[in-house]
Amino acid sequence: MIIGERKSLEEIRKMIGGYKRVLVVGCGTCVTVCLAGGEKEVATLSSALRMAAKKDGDGLEISEATIERQCDIEFIEELREKVEQVDAALSMGCGAGVQTIAETFSEIPVYPALNTRFIGRTEEQGVWTERCAACGDCILHVTGGICPIARCSKSLLNGPCGGSKDGKCEINPDVACAWQLIYDRLKALDQLDKLEEIVPVKDWSVSRDGGPRKLIREDVRL
Amino acid sequence: MKSESNLERILESGQFAVTGECGPPRGADGSVIERKAQFLKGNVDAVNVTDNQTSIVRMSSIATCALLNQMGLEGTMQMVTRDRNRIAIQSDIFGAYALGIRNILCLSGDHQSFGDHPTSKNVFDLDSIQLIQAVKQMRDDGKVLGGDEIQGVPRMFIGAAANPFADPFEFRVVRLAKKVAAGADFIQTQCIYNLDKFEKWMEMVRDRGLHERVHILAGVTPLKSVGMAVYMKEKVAGMEIPDEVIDRLKGVSKEKRAEEGINICVETVQRLREIEGVHGIHLMAIEWEEMVPIIVKKAGLLPRPSPNP
Repeated sequence: MIIGERKSLEEIRKMIGGYKRVLVVGCGTCVTVCLAGGEKEVATLSSALRMAAKKDGDGLEISEATIERQCDIEFIEELREKVEQVDAALSMGCGAGVQTIAETFSEIPVYPALNTRFIGRTEEQGVWTERCAACGDCILHVTGGICPIARCSKSLLNGPCGGSKDGKCEINPDVACAWQLIYDRLKALDQLDKLEEIVPVKDWSVSRDGGPRKLIREDVRL
Repeated sequence: MKSESNLERILESGQFAVTGECGPPRGADGSVIERKAQFLKGNVDAVNVTDNQTSIVRMSSIATCALLNQMGLEGTMQMVTRDRNRIAIQSDIFGAYALGIRNILCLSGDHQSFGDHPTSKNVFDLDSIQLIQAVKQMRDDGKVLGGDEIQGVPRMFIGAAANPFADPFEFRVVRLAKKVAAGADFIQTQCIYNLDKFEKWMEMVRDRGLHERVHILAGVTPLKSVGMAVYMKEKVAGMEIPDEVIDRLKGVSKEKRAEEGINICVETVQRLREIEGVHGIHLMAIEWEEMVPIIVKKAGLLPRPSPNP
């Protein structure tokens, strides 16, 4: 899923400073699961904003709404009535959610309440880690199901650099060396021979480097 | 000869090679290079110039190598894939060759989080092994990575690094084999303080016959003080310094520690020379270039073969 993290109250207040009526919009998908922008977090942020405004005598009116998916126009339409009542919207969705709301309602400004961090998973309660960099050309079949693009600090394709020590990455002892994980996994699978082959230069054109990406599937188009 | 490199000529003739290192200044003052060069000239066969090592902005490796070449030394341009994509890398190799640079050391590079610009973006379009392949393709096939023909082929002597002290240990020789298969002509290793481990690694290298396919130059760095040794052990990525080495430094009085560091270095070089498959040493006297003439003399590595025979 997409992992998000809420911006500081201070930064959010600065963004929406000057508006009298603001709609805080939550998203029921990824950011609900990672406890960053679901219904509960919308309620928490909204009361924090109300309290801060009251303290400063700002007269800010906050309304709340949480929809199933902010990256889906079908659900965004449900917001229309509420949007007509406000001066600005504060999205607690990922970057795709913020932009889909902005593209749908061109008459009001939409601000991001979250930083969209990465595609990953929950490792334990309160701990999330990156798993995928959406490079557009998956190589997990040669790396034992562990992604060196997302998980090696240098995105190396041909094994660990000279900074791998005791299973840790040179950048930080809290970061596992992806290539140590790959090595251990392939050893357990008796597939170490896969690491003898030189992995050729990667085609980054299907990654973000190729420009904004678009996927068209004729078989499912209407 | 694959290149017109002095280092290649010495290694191919079977002589024991000595390479040095020169860290460029954090600024535009070329006189720093001149000062360092005077200690290296006549004492080493080629001089590595680091490429923004530890991700700290310094004078470029290409420019510094060109300055060293003007001073009658032979520069080995270190190039990391951290800061350049394949377009910039190949362009810089053309330029370097045109400036007279004949050796390249292909590296991935320290992560930028170590340096003076930790908020910068890294590149890593290629990894070090793919960089070796690229330089070899340019030299031997006369083509850039994209497949187009080159006008004026850069005939570089291709180097790569090996760190026998990083993990997983058993994979280190596999990684070396990949670098050799990719086209590395010579290898410079991480600084060696744990000779037993290095000998074990060399045994694995010989088991695969790699010592006959690539010239291995064993890395050494003299320790100036206990503080430096502890810093390198704890803070420098991929460095292994056994406690015995640090204890040996501690065992002499403070003012004698630099001398003891030199002694350790010279003894290490002497032991490395005896190892089958070691074709030279790479002496990295970090910010201590004035010790290079003393170390090579004490180690019996003088005189160096003339660069213009």
